[in-house]
Amino acid sequence: MPALDILAAAVLNGLMTGAIYALIAVGLTLVYGVLHIINFAHGAMLSAAMFAAFLCFQIGIDPYLAIAPLAVAFFGAGYGLQRWLIGPASHGDDRNILLVTLGLSIIIENLLLASFRSDTRTIDVPYGFSSLDLGFTFLPLTRLMGFGVACLVAAMFWLILNWTDLGKAIRAVAREKLGATLVGIDVRHIYAVTFGLGAASVAIAACLLLPIFYVNPRVGNAYVLVAFTIVVLGGMGSVAGAFIGGLLIGVVESLSGMYFGESLGQLGIFLIFIVVLMVRPTGLFGARA
Amino acid sequence: MPETAPLLAIRDVHAGYDGTRILNGLSMQVEAGEIVALLGSNGVGKTTLNKVLSGVVPLTSGAITFDGLDLGSASAVDIVEAGLIHVPEGRKIFADMSVLDNLTLGSYRRGKASRKTNLERVFAIFPRLKERTAQMAGTLSGGEQQMLAIGRGLMAEPRLLILDEPSLGLSPLLVEELFDLIERLNASGLTILLVEQNVAQSLDIADKAHVLAEGRIALSGTGRALADDPELQKTYLGL
Ligand SMILES: Nc1ncnc2c1ncn2[C@@H]1O[C@H](COP(=O)(O)OP(=O)(O)OP(=O)(O)O)[C@@H](O)[C@H]1O
Ligand SMILES: [Mg+2]
Repeated sequence: MPALDILAAAVLNGLMTGAIYALIAVGLTLVYGVLHIINFAHGAMLSAAMFAAFLCFQIGIDPYLAIAPLAVAFFGAGYGLQRWLIGPASHGDDRNILLVTLGLSIIIENLLLASFRSDTRTIDVPYGFSSLDLGFTFLPLTRLMGFGVACLVAAMFWLILNWTDLGKAIRAVAREKLGATLVGIDVRHIYAVTFGLGAASVAIAACLLLPIFYVNPRVGNAYVLVAFTIVVLGGMGSVAGAFIGGLLIGVVESLSGMYFGESLGQLGIFLIFIVVLMVRPTGLFGARA
Repeated sequence: MPETAPLLAIRDVHAGYDGTRILNGLSMQVEAGEIVALLGSNGVGKTTLNKVLSGVVPLTSGAITFDGLDLGSASAVDIVEAGLIHVPEGRKIFADMSVLDNLTLGSYRRGKASRKTNLERVFAIFPRLKERTAQMAGTLSGGEQQMLAIGRGLMAEPRLLILDEPSLGLSPLLVEELFDLIERLNASGLTILLVEQNVAQSLDIADKAHVLAEGRIALSGTGRALADDPELQKTYLGL
Protein backbone atom coordinates (compact mmCIF):
# COMPACT_ATOMS: atom_id res chain seq x y z
CA MET A 1 0.00 0.00 0.00
CA PRO A 2 1.65 3.27 -1.06
CA ALA A 3 1.84 6.14 1.33
CA LEU A 4 -1.12 8.47 1.52
CA ASP A 5 0.74 11.40 0.00
CA ILE A 6 1.69 9.37 -3.07
CA LEU A 7 -1.91 8.28 -3.44
CA ALA A 8 -3.13 11.88 -3.13
CA ALA A 9 -0.59 13.00 -5.70
CA ALA A 10 -1.78 10.32 -8.11
CA VAL A 11 -5.39 11.33 -7.63
CA LEU A 12 -4.56 14.99 -8.22
CA ASN A 13 -2.59 14.20 -11.33
CA GLY A 14 -5.45 12.08 -12.57
CA LEU A 15 -7.90 14.92 -12.06
CA MET A 16 -5.64 17.26 -14.03
CA THR A 17 -5.53 14.98 -17.08
CA GLY A 18 -9.12 13.88 -16.56
CA ALA A 19 -10.43 17.41 -16.93
CA ILE A 20 -8.91 17.64 -20.41
CA TYR A 21 -10.28 14.20 -21.31
CA ALA A 22 -13.60 15.50 -20.04
CA LEU A 23 -13.47 18.52 -22.32
CA ILE A 24 -12.83 16.31 -25.37
CA ALA A 25 -15.64 14.01 -24.25
CA VAL A 26 -18.04 16.93 -23.73
CA GLY A 27 -17.65 17.91 -27.38
CA LEU A 28 -18.12 14.34 -28.52
CA THR A 29 -21.17 13.70 -26.37
CA LEU A 30 -22.79 17.01 -27.34
CA VAL A 31 -22.55 16.16 -31.03
CA TYR A 32 -23.85 12.68 -30.29
CA GLY A 33 -26.73 14.01 -28.21
CA VAL A 34 -27.92 16.45 -30.87
CA LEU A 35 -27.00 14.89 -34.21
CA HIS A 36 -27.23 11.29 -32.94
CA ILE A 37 -23.96 10.32 -34.53
CA ILE A 38 -20.48 9.55 -33.30
CA ASN A 39 -18.25 12.10 -34.96
CA PHE A 40 -15.42 9.94 -36.28
CA ALA A 41 -13.48 13.06 -37.19
CA HIS A 42 -13.24 14.22 -33.56
CA GLY A 43 -9.77 12.67 -33.12
CA ALA A 44 -8.43 14.01 -36.41
CA MET A 45 -9.83 17.44 -35.53
CA LEU A 46 -7.96 17.24 -32.21
CA SER A 47 -4.71 16.37 -34.00
CA ALA A 48 -5.29 19.23 -36.43
CA ALA A 49 -5.96 21.62 -33.57
CA MET A 50 -2.78 20.51 -31.79
CA PHE A 51 -0.80 21.24 -34.95
CA ALA A 52 -2.53 24.57 -35.23
CA ALA A 53 -1.47 25.35 -31.68
CA PHE A 54 2.01 24.07 -32.53
CA LEU A 55 2.24 26.45 -35.49
CA CYS A 56 0.97 29.29 -33.35
CA PHE A 57 3.76 28.54 -30.86
CA GLN A 58 6.34 28.63 -33.64
CA ILE A 59 5.31 32.14 -34.59
CA GLY A 60 5.48 33.17 -30.98
CA ILE A 61 1.94 32.75 -29.70
CA ASP A 62 1.72 31.03 -26.33
CA PRO A 63 -0.67 28.02 -26.38
CA TYR A 64 -2.85 29.56 -23.69
CA LEU A 65 -3.15 32.76 -25.69
CA ALA A 66 -4.02 30.69 -28.76
CA ILE A 67 -7.09 29.24 -27.01
CA ALA A 68 -9.54 32.00 -27.91
CA PRO A 69 -8.57 32.49 -31.57
CA LEU A 70 -8.31 28.75 -32.23
CA ALA A 71 -11.64 28.09 -30.50
CA VAL A 72 -13.30 30.69 -32.72
CA ALA A 73 -11.58 29.41 -35.86
CA PHE A 74 -12.50 25.80 -35.13
CA PHE A 75 -16.04 26.75 -34.25
CA GLY A 76 -16.31 28.44 -37.64
CA ALA A 77 -14.73 25.51 -39.44
CA GLY A 78 -16.97 23.02 -37.64
CA TYR A 79 -20.05 25.09 -38.37
CA GLY A 80 -19.16 25.31 -42.05
CA LEU A 81 -18.31 21.61 -42.32
CA GLN A 82 -21.62 20.50 -40.87
CA ARG A 83 -23.73 23.10 -42.64
CA TRP A 84 -22.26 22.90 -46.11
CA LEU A 85 -20.54 19.53 -46.31
CA ILE A 86 -21.64 16.90 -43.82
CA GLY A 87 -25.29 17.93 -43.70
CA PRO A 88 -25.88 18.19 -47.47
CA ALA A 89 -23.78 15.09 -48.17
CA SER A 90 -25.74 12.99 -45.71
CA HIS A 91 -29.23 13.75 -47.04
CA GLY A 92 -30.57 13.49 -43.53
CA ASP A 93 -29.52 9.88 -43.10
CA ASP A 94 -27.56 9.27 -39.89
CA ARG A 95 -25.51 6.44 -41.40
CA ASN A 96 -24.33 8.76 -44.13
CA ILE A 97 -23.24 11.38 -41.61
CA LEU A 98 -21.18 8.69 -39.92
CA LEU A 99 -19.47 7.81 -43.18
CA VAL A 100 -18.85 11.43 -44.07
CA THR A 101 -17.14 12.09 -40.73
CA LEU A 102 -15.10 8.92 -41.20
CA GLY A 103 -14.00 10.16 -44.63
CA LEU A 104 -13.25 13.55 -43.16
CA SER A 105 -11.01 12.03 -40.49
CA ILE A 106 -9.02 10.16 -43.16
CA ILE A 107 -8.59 13.33 -45.19
CA ILE A 108 -7.51 15.42 -42.20
CA GLU A 109 -5.07 12.78 -40.98
CA ASN A 110 -3.46 12.41 -44.36
CA LEU A 111 -3.19 16.15 -44.83
CA LEU A 112 -1.42 16.32 -41.48
CA LEU A 113 0.86 13.42 -42.42
CA ALA A 114 1.71 15.09 -45.70
CA SER A 115 2.46 18.43 -44.07
CA PHE A 116 4.18 17.35 -40.87
CA ARG A 117 5.27 13.71 -41.49
CA SER A 118 4.66 11.23 -38.74
CA ASP A 119 7.30 12.74 -36.44
CA THR A 120 6.39 13.39 -32.88
CA ARG A 121 7.00 16.94 -31.71
CA THR A 122 6.89 18.77 -28.43
CA ILE A 123 7.14 22.40 -27.47
CA ASP A 124 9.12 23.99 -24.65
CA VAL A 125 7.23 26.70 -22.91
CA PRO A 126 9.32 28.98 -20.66
CA TYR A 127 7.21 28.04 -17.63
CA GLY A 128 7.41 24.33 -18.43
CA PHE A 129 9.14 23.51 -15.17
CA SER A 130 7.19 25.84 -12.88
CA SER A 131 5.02 24.08 -10.40
CA LEU A 132 2.95 24.60 -7.34
CA ASP A 133 4.40 23.16 -4.14
CA LEU A 134 1.67 21.50 -2.13
CA GLY A 135 4.04 20.16 0.50
CA PHE A 136 3.45 16.51 -0.33
CA THR A 137 3.75 16.92 -4.10
CA PHE A 138 4.43 19.38 -6.89
CA LEU A 139 1.70 20.26 -9.38
CA PRO A 140 3.14 21.38 -12.70
CA LEU A 141 1.76 24.74 -13.77
CA THR A 142 0.83 23.42 -17.22
CA ARG A 143 -1.36 20.72 -15.72
CA LEU A 144 -2.94 23.17 -13.34
CA MET A 145 -3.75 25.48 -16.24
CA GLY A 146 -5.18 22.54 -18.18
CA PHE A 147 -7.40 21.62 -15.28
CA GLY A 148 -8.58 25.16 -14.61
CA VAL A 149 -9.35 26.06 -18.21
CA ALA A 150 -11.00 22.71 -18.95
CA CYS A 151 -13.29 23.09 -15.92
CA LEU A 152 -14.08 26.67 -16.89
CA VAL A 153 -14.94 25.74 -20.46
CA ALA A 154 -17.05 22.77 -19.38
CA ALA A 155 -18.91 25.07 -17.01
CA MET A 156 -19.46 27.51 -19.87
CA PHE A 157 -20.87 24.74 -22.05
CA TRP A 158 -23.21 23.80 -19.26
CA LEU A 159 -24.33 27.40 -18.74
CA ILE A 160 -24.93 27.90 -22.46
CA LEU A 161 -26.97 24.72 -22.72
CA ASN A 162 -29.11 25.40 -19.69
CA TRP A 163 -29.53 29.15 -19.54
CA THR A 164 -29.41 30.64 -23.02
CA ASP A 165 -31.99 30.62 -25.80
CA LEU A 166 -29.44 29.00 -28.06
CA GLY A 167 -28.76 26.27 -25.51
CA LYS A 168 -32.45 25.60 -25.04
CA ALA A 169 -32.86 25.39 -28.80
CA ILE A 170 -29.99 22.90 -28.95
CA ARG A 171 -31.60 20.75 -26.26
CA ALA A 172 -34.96 21.02 -27.98
CA VAL A 173 -33.51 19.79 -31.26
CA ALA A 174 -31.64 17.01 -29.46
CA ARG A 175 -34.74 15.51 -27.90
CA GLU A 176 -37.64 16.59 -30.06
CA LYS A 177 -36.70 17.54 -33.58
CA LEU A 178 -40.23 17.88 -34.95
CA GLY A 179 -41.37 19.96 -31.99
CA ALA A 180 -38.31 22.16 -32.39
CA THR A 181 -38.95 22.65 -36.09
CA LEU A 182 -42.54 23.62 -35.43
CA VAL A 183 -41.62 26.42 -33.03
CA GLY A 184 -39.37 27.85 -35.72
CA ILE A 185 -35.96 26.58 -34.64
CA ASP A 186 -33.69 26.24 -37.66
CA VAL A 187 -32.55 22.64 -37.19
CA ARG A 188 -29.73 22.81 -39.76
CA HIS A 189 -28.33 25.89 -38.04
CA ILE A 190 -28.50 24.20 -34.64
CA TYR A 191 -26.77 21.09 -36.02
CA ALA A 192 -24.00 23.28 -37.40
CA VAL A 193 -23.66 25.25 -34.16
CA THR A 194 -23.42 22.00 -32.22
CA PHE A 195 -20.77 20.61 -34.54
CA GLY A 196 -18.96 23.92 -34.22
CA LEU A 197 -19.05 23.68 -30.42
CA GLY A 198 -17.64 20.15 -30.68
CA ALA A 199 -14.81 21.47 -32.84
CA ALA A 200 -14.19 24.35 -30.43
CA SER A 201 -13.95 21.91 -27.55
CA VAL A 202 -11.11 20.00 -29.24
CA ALA A 203 -9.40 23.26 -30.20
CA ILE A 204 -9.34 24.31 -26.57
CA ALA A 205 -8.29 20.84 -25.41
CA ALA A 206 -5.46 20.94 -27.97
CA CYS A 207 -4.07 24.15 -26.52
CA LEU A 208 -4.17 22.61 -23.05
CA LEU A 209 -2.54 19.34 -24.13
CA LEU A 210 0.29 20.72 -26.21
CA PRO A 211 2.40 22.13 -23.33
CA ILE A 212 2.03 18.82 -21.44
CA PHE A 213 2.24 16.10 -24.07
CA TYR A 214 3.45 15.71 -27.64
CA VAL A 215 1.81 16.03 -31.03
CA ASN A 216 1.83 13.86 -34.12
CA PRO A 217 -0.76 13.36 -36.87
CA ARG A 218 -2.45 10.47 -35.09
CA VAL A 219 -2.25 11.61 -31.50
CA GLY A 220 -5.89 12.77 -31.42
CA ASN A 221 -7.21 9.26 -31.86
CA ALA A 222 -5.69 8.03 -28.62
CA TYR A 223 -7.47 10.77 -26.69
CA VAL A 224 -10.73 10.28 -28.50
CA LEU A 225 -10.71 6.56 -27.77
CA VAL A 226 -10.56 7.44 -24.08
CA ALA A 227 -13.13 10.20 -24.64
CA PHE A 228 -15.44 7.70 -26.27
CA THR A 229 -15.32 5.40 -23.23
CA ILE A 230 -16.06 8.49 -21.13
CA VAL A 231 -19.06 9.36 -23.30
CA VAL A 232 -20.50 5.87 -22.90
CA LEU A 233 -19.63 5.80 -19.22
CA GLY A 234 -21.25 9.17 -18.54
CA GLY A 235 -24.36 8.30 -20.53
CA MET A 236 -24.45 8.96 -24.28
CA GLY A 237 -25.34 12.59 -24.87
CA SER A 238 -25.02 13.71 -21.25
CA VAL A 239 -22.70 16.70 -20.91
CA ALA A 240 -22.59 16.53 -17.11
CA GLY A 241 -21.98 12.78 -17.36
CA ALA A 242 -19.10 13.30 -19.75
CA PHE A 243 -17.51 15.80 -17.41
CA ILE A 244 -17.78 13.68 -14.26
CA GLY A 245 -16.83 10.61 -16.28
CA GLY A 246 -13.76 12.40 -17.60
CA LEU A 247 -12.51 13.26 -14.14
CA LEU A 248 -13.22 9.70 -12.97
CA ILE A 249 -11.34 8.17 -15.90
CA GLY A 250 -8.40 10.49 -15.35
CA VAL A 251 -8.13 9.36 -11.74
CA VAL A 252 -8.60 5.70 -12.60
CA GLU A 253 -5.92 5.89 -15.27
CA SER A 254 -3.52 7.56 -12.91
CA LEU A 255 -4.15 5.10 -10.08
CA SER A 256 -3.98 2.03 -12.24
CA GLY A 257 -0.79 3.39 -13.79
CA MET A 258 0.60 3.54 -10.28
CA TYR A 259 -0.48 0.03 -9.32
CA PHE A 260 -0.04 -1.85 -12.60
CA GLY A 261 2.77 0.24 -14.09
CA GLU A 262 2.68 3.17 -16.46
CA SER A 263 2.14 1.15 -19.61
CA LEU A 264 -0.96 -0.51 -18.22
CA GLY A 265 -2.58 2.73 -17.08
CA GLN A 266 -5.41 2.31 -19.53
CA LEU A 267 -6.22 -1.16 -18.26
CA GLY A 268 -8.07 0.37 -15.33
CA ILE A 269 -10.13 2.52 -17.69
CA PHE A 270 -11.54 -0.47 -19.47
CA LEU A 271 -12.11 -2.36 -16.23
CA ILE A 272 -14.15 0.53 -14.84
CA PHE A 273 -15.90 0.83 -18.18
CA ILE A 274 -17.02 -2.79 -18.11
CA VAL A 275 -18.04 -2.72 -14.45
CA VAL A 276 -20.15 0.46 -14.80
CA LEU A 277 -21.86 -0.80 -17.90
CA MET A 278 -22.68 -4.08 -16.19
CA VAL A 279 -24.31 -2.25 -13.30
CA ARG A 280 -25.80 0.64 -15.30
CA PRO A 281 -26.04 -0.12 -19.02
CA THR A 282 -27.08 3.46 -19.83
CA GLY A 283 -24.03 4.96 -18.14
CA LEU A 284 -23.73 7.07 -15.02
CA PHE A 285 -26.00 9.89 -16.20
CA GLY A 286 -27.85 8.22 -19.06
CA ALA A 287 -31.60 8.29 -19.33
CA ARG A 288 -33.16 5.05 -18.21
CA ALA A 289 -35.01 4.55 -21.44
CA MET B 1 -69.46 41.03 -51.56
CA PRO B 2 -65.97 41.61 -52.98
CA GLU B 3 -63.73 38.57 -53.46
CA THR B 4 -61.01 38.51 -50.81
CA ALA B 5 -58.09 36.09 -51.05
CA PRO B 6 -58.35 33.20 -48.61
CA LEU B 7 -55.82 33.14 -45.76
CA LEU B 8 -54.63 29.71 -46.86
CA ALA B 9 -55.02 28.43 -50.40
CA ILE B 10 -53.96 24.90 -51.31
CA ARG B 11 -54.03 24.06 -55.01
CA ASP B 12 -53.49 20.65 -56.57
CA VAL B 13 -50.94 19.53 -54.01
CA HIS B 14 -49.02 16.29 -54.47
CA ALA B 15 -46.72 15.12 -51.71
CA GLY B 16 -45.53 12.00 -49.92
CA TYR B 17 -42.53 10.16 -48.59
CA ASP B 18 -39.81 8.88 -50.88
CA GLY B 19 -41.66 6.59 -53.21
CA THR B 20 -45.11 6.57 -51.66
CA ARG B 21 -47.40 9.32 -52.73
CA ILE B 22 -49.88 10.29 -50.02
CA LEU B 23 -51.47 13.51 -51.27
CA ASN B 24 -52.70 13.39 -54.84
CA GLY B 25 -54.04 16.63 -56.18
CA LEU B 26 -55.46 18.07 -52.98
CA SER B 27 -57.07 21.50 -53.13
CA MET B 28 -58.79 23.41 -50.34
CA GLN B 29 -58.98 26.83 -48.77
CA VAL B 30 -59.19 28.34 -45.34
CA GLU B 31 -60.74 31.78 -45.02
CA ALA B 32 -59.59 34.13 -42.31
CA GLY B 33 -61.70 33.82 -39.18
CA GLU B 34 -63.02 30.34 -39.88
CA ILE B 35 -62.80 27.05 -38.08
CA VAL B 36 -62.16 24.47 -40.79
CA ALA B 37 -62.37 20.80 -39.89
CA LEU B 38 -60.32 18.24 -41.80
CA LEU B 39 -61.65 14.71 -41.46
CA GLY B 40 -60.62 11.37 -42.85
CA SER B 41 -59.90 7.82 -41.79
CA ASN B 42 -56.62 6.75 -40.21
CA GLY B 43 -53.58 6.90 -42.44
CA VAL B 44 -55.27 8.89 -45.17
CA GLY B 45 -52.77 11.75 -45.00
CA LYS B 46 -54.14 14.44 -42.68
CA THR B 47 -50.95 14.70 -40.66
CA THR B 48 -48.95 14.60 -43.87
CA LEU B 49 -50.87 17.63 -45.14
CA ASN B 50 -50.17 19.45 -41.87
CA LYS B 51 -46.48 18.68 -42.23
CA VAL B 52 -46.51 19.96 -45.79
CA LEU B 53 -48.17 23.15 -44.57
CA SER B 54 -45.53 23.66 -41.90
CA GLY B 55 -42.61 23.02 -44.24
CA VAL B 56 -41.59 19.68 -42.73
CA VAL B 57 -42.57 17.50 -45.70
CA PRO B 58 -41.73 18.98 -49.11
CA LEU B 59 -44.23 19.55 -51.89
CA THR B 60 -43.83 17.35 -54.95
CA SER B 61 -46.03 19.64 -57.00
CA GLY B 62 -48.83 22.10 -56.57
CA ALA B 63 -49.00 25.46 -54.85
CA ILE B 64 -49.78 26.68 -51.37
CA THR B 65 -50.05 30.31 -50.39
CA PHE B 66 -50.48 31.58 -46.88
CA ASP B 67 -51.39 35.24 -46.82
CA GLY B 68 -49.33 35.89 -49.94
CA LEU B 69 -46.38 33.75 -48.83
CA ASP B 70 -45.54 30.93 -51.25
CA LEU B 71 -45.11 27.93 -48.98
CA GLY B 72 -43.53 25.88 -51.77
CA SER B 73 -40.36 27.93 -51.45
CA ALA B 74 -40.66 28.94 -47.79
CA SER B 75 -38.66 27.25 -45.03
CA ALA B 76 -40.22 25.94 -41.83
CA VAL B 77 -38.75 28.99 -40.11
CA ASP B 78 -40.36 31.40 -42.60
CA ILE B 79 -43.68 29.67 -42.09
CA VAL B 80 -43.56 30.07 -38.31
CA GLU B 81 -42.52 33.68 -38.76
CA ALA B 82 -45.51 34.25 -41.01
CA GLY B 83 -47.79 32.97 -38.25
CA LEU B 84 -48.83 29.56 -39.56
CA ILE B 85 -48.44 27.48 -36.41
CA HIS B 86 -48.83 23.71 -36.22
CA VAL B 87 -49.65 22.01 -32.91
CA PRO B 88 -48.67 18.48 -33.88
CA GLU B 89 -50.28 15.13 -33.31
CA GLY B 90 -48.70 13.53 -30.25
CA ARG B 91 -47.88 16.98 -28.79
CA LYS B 92 -44.11 16.81 -29.34
CA ILE B 93 -43.41 18.93 -26.29
CA PHE B 94 -39.90 19.15 -24.87
CA ALA B 95 -40.28 16.51 -22.17
CA ASP B 96 -37.01 17.14 -20.33
CA MET B 97 -37.55 20.87 -20.08
CA SER B 98 -39.70 22.91 -17.73
CA VAL B 99 -43.17 24.12 -18.65
CA LEU B 100 -41.81 27.66 -18.76
CA ASP B 101 -38.96 26.71 -21.12
CA ASN B 102 -41.44 24.93 -23.38
CA LEU B 103 -43.63 28.00 -23.56
CA THR B 104 -40.70 30.37 -24.01
CA LEU B 105 -39.43 28.28 -26.90
CA GLY B 106 -42.86 28.71 -28.43
CA SER B 107 -41.96 32.38 -28.87
CA TYR B 108 -38.53 31.53 -30.32
CA ARG B 109 -39.23 33.52 -33.48
CA ARG B 110 -40.82 36.46 -31.67
CA GLY B 111 -39.11 39.34 -29.97
CA LYS B 112 -38.07 39.00 -26.34
CA ALA B 113 -40.35 41.92 -25.53
CA SER B 114 -43.50 40.15 -26.71
CA ARG B 115 -42.71 36.96 -24.78
CA LYS B 116 -44.06 38.37 -21.57
CA THR B 117 -47.37 39.44 -23.04
CA ASN B 118 -47.65 36.09 -24.82
CA LEU B 119 -46.99 34.28 -21.56
CA GLU B 120 -49.62 36.30 -19.74
CA ARG B 121 -52.15 35.53 -22.43
CA VAL B 122 -51.39 31.81 -22.33
CA PHE B 123 -51.51 31.72 -18.54
CA ALA B 124 -54.89 33.47 -18.63
CA ILE B 125 -56.16 30.67 -20.87
CA PHE B 126 -54.41 27.85 -18.99
CA PRO B 127 -54.06 28.80 -15.30
CA ARG B 128 -52.96 25.22 -14.66
CA LEU B 129 -49.76 25.86 -16.57
CA LYS B 130 -49.03 28.93 -14.51
CA GLU B 131 -49.08 26.85 -11.33
CA ARG B 132 -46.60 24.45 -12.86
CA THR B 133 -44.03 26.61 -14.61
CA ALA B 134 -41.07 24.80 -13.04
CA GLN B 135 -42.38 21.27 -13.54
CA MET B 136 -40.72 19.09 -16.18
CA ALA B 137 -43.06 18.89 -19.16
CA GLY B 138 -42.69 15.13 -19.39
CA THR B 139 -44.18 14.70 -15.92
CA LEU B 140 -47.40 16.58 -16.72
CA SER B 141 -50.62 14.62 -17.06
CA GLY B 142 -51.84 13.92 -20.56
CA GLY B 143 -54.38 16.71 -20.43
CA GLU B 144 -51.83 19.17 -19.09
CA GLN B 145 -49.41 18.14 -21.81
CA GLN B 146 -52.03 18.94 -24.42
CA MET B 147 -52.62 22.33 -22.79
CA LEU B 148 -48.87 22.89 -22.96
CA ALA B 149 -48.72 21.93 -26.62
CA ILE B 150 -51.51 24.36 -27.47
CA GLY B 151 -50.04 26.98 -25.15
CA ARG B 152 -46.68 26.64 -26.88
CA GLY B 153 -48.43 27.12 -30.21
CA LEU B 154 -50.19 30.26 -28.95
CA MET B 155 -46.84 31.64 -27.77
CA ALA B 156 -45.85 31.86 -31.44
CA GLU B 157 -48.58 34.46 -32.08
CA PRO B 158 -50.43 32.35 -34.66
CA ARG B 159 -52.64 33.75 -37.38
CA LEU B 160 -53.61 30.27 -38.45
CA LEU B 161 -53.44 27.52 -35.87
CA ILE B 162 -53.35 23.91 -37.02
CA LEU B 163 -54.50 21.52 -34.33
CA ASP B 164 -53.75 17.87 -35.18
CA GLU B 165 -55.90 15.57 -33.07
CA PRO B 166 -55.80 17.74 -29.94
CA SER B 167 -58.37 15.57 -28.16
CA LEU B 168 -56.31 12.40 -28.41
CA GLY B 169 -56.18 10.70 -25.03
CA LEU B 170 -58.35 13.24 -23.22
CA SER B 171 -61.33 12.30 -21.04
CA PRO B 172 -64.79 13.24 -22.39
CA LEU B 173 -64.97 16.14 -19.95
CA LEU B 174 -61.63 17.53 -21.11
CA VAL B 175 -62.62 17.03 -24.74
CA GLU B 176 -65.68 19.15 -24.02
CA GLU B 177 -63.46 21.86 -22.51
CA LEU B 178 -61.07 21.63 -25.44
CA PHE B 179 -63.81 22.25 -27.98
CA ASP B 180 -65.04 25.21 -25.92
CA LEU B 181 -61.52 26.57 -25.94
CA ILE B 182 -61.21 26.18 -29.71
CA GLU B 183 -64.42 28.14 -30.13
CA ARG B 184 -63.21 30.85 -27.77
CA LEU B 185 -59.85 31.16 -29.56
CA ASN B 186 -61.73 31.43 -32.82
CA ALA B 187 -64.09 34.04 -31.41
CA SER B 188 -61.04 36.11 -30.46
CA GLY B 189 -60.07 36.21 -34.14
CA LEU B 190 -57.86 33.17 -34.58
CA THR B 191 -58.31 31.06 -37.71
CA ILE B 192 -58.19 27.33 -36.98
CA LEU B 193 -57.59 24.22 -39.06
CA LEU B 194 -58.76 21.33 -36.95
CA VAL B 195 -57.93 17.67 -37.59
CA GLU B 196 -60.07 15.47 -35.40
CA GLN B 197 -61.47 12.01 -34.82
CA ASN B 198 -64.37 13.42 -32.82
CA VAL B 199 -66.37 13.94 -35.97
CA ALA B 200 -69.68 15.09 -34.52
CA GLN B 201 -68.15 17.62 -32.14
CA SER B 202 -65.82 18.96 -34.82
CA LEU B 203 -68.60 19.42 -37.33
CA ASP B 204 -70.60 21.13 -34.63
CA ILE B 205 -68.07 23.93 -34.19
CA ALA B 206 -66.65 24.05 -37.74
CA ASP B 207 -67.68 26.68 -40.29
CA LYS B 208 -66.47 24.42 -43.09
CA ALA B 209 -65.38 20.83 -43.23
CA HIS B 210 -63.45 18.74 -45.72
CA VAL B 211 -63.09 15.01 -45.95
CA LEU B 212 -59.79 13.64 -47.18
CA ALA B 213 -59.84 10.35 -49.10
CA GLU B 214 -57.39 8.84 -51.55
CA GLY B 215 -55.10 11.82 -51.44
CA ARG B 216 -57.63 14.53 -52.24
CA ILE B 217 -60.66 16.26 -50.81
CA ALA B 218 -63.57 13.95 -51.49
CA LEU B 219 -66.33 15.85 -49.77
CA SER B 220 -66.70 19.45 -48.58
CA GLY B 221 -69.37 21.60 -47.10
CA THR B 222 -70.39 23.59 -44.10
CA GLY B 223 -70.08 21.83 -40.80
CA ARG B 224 -73.82 21.52 -40.55
CA ALA B 225 -74.27 20.17 -44.08
CA LEU B 226 -71.69 17.44 -43.53
CA ALA B 227 -73.13 16.56 -40.17
CA ASP B 228 -76.39 15.75 -41.90
CA ASP B 229 -74.74 13.90 -44.78
CA PRO B 230 -75.39 10.16 -44.50
CA GLU B 231 -72.59 9.41 -46.96
CA LEU B 232 -69.97 10.93 -44.70
CA GLN B 233 -69.65 8.35 -41.97
CA LYS B 234 -70.37 5.35 -44.16
CA THR B 235 -68.17 6.05 -47.13
CA TYR B 236 -65.31 8.20 -45.98
CA LEU B 237 -64.59 7.79 -42.34
CA GLY B 238 -64.71 4.03 -42.23
CA LEU B 239 -67.01 4.13 -39.22
N1 LIG C 1 -42.20 9.56 -42.35
C1 LIG C 1 -42.96 8.72 -43.10
N2 LIG C 1 -42.36 7.91 -44.00
C2 LIG C 1 -43.10 7.07 -44.76
N3 LIG C 1 -44.42 6.97 -44.69
C3 LIG C 1 -45.07 7.76 -43.82
C4 LIG C 1 -44.36 8.68 -42.97
N4 LIG C 1 -45.26 9.32 -42.21
C5 LIG C 1 -46.46 8.84 -42.54
N5 LIG C 1 -46.36 7.92 -43.51
C6 LIG C 1 -47.46 7.20 -44.14
O1 LIG C 1 -48.28 8.13 -44.80
C7 LIG C 1 -49.65 7.76 -44.67
C8 LIG C 1 -50.45 8.92 -44.14
O2 LIG C 1 -50.05 9.16 -42.81
P1 LIG C 1 -50.62 10.36 -41.94
O3 LIG C 1 -49.92 10.35 -40.67
O4 LIG C 1 -50.58 11.58 -42.76
O5 LIG C 1 -52.13 9.90 -41.77
P2 LIG C 1 -53.28 10.56 -40.89
O6 LIG C 1 -54.40 10.84 -41.82
O7 LIG C 1 -52.78 11.67 -40.10
O8 LIG C 1 -53.69 9.34 -39.96
P3 LIG C 1 -54.18 9.34 -38.42
O9 LIG C 1 -55.62 9.71 -38.44
O10 LIG C 1 -54.00 7.92 -38.03
O11 LIG C 1 -53.34 10.28 -37.67
C9 LIG C 1 -49.68 6.53 -43.80
O12 LIG C 1 -49.84 5.42 -44.63
C10 LIG C 1 -48.36 6.52 -43.13
O13 LIG C 1 -47.92 5.21 -42.88
MG1 LIG D 1 -52.54 12.03 -38.12
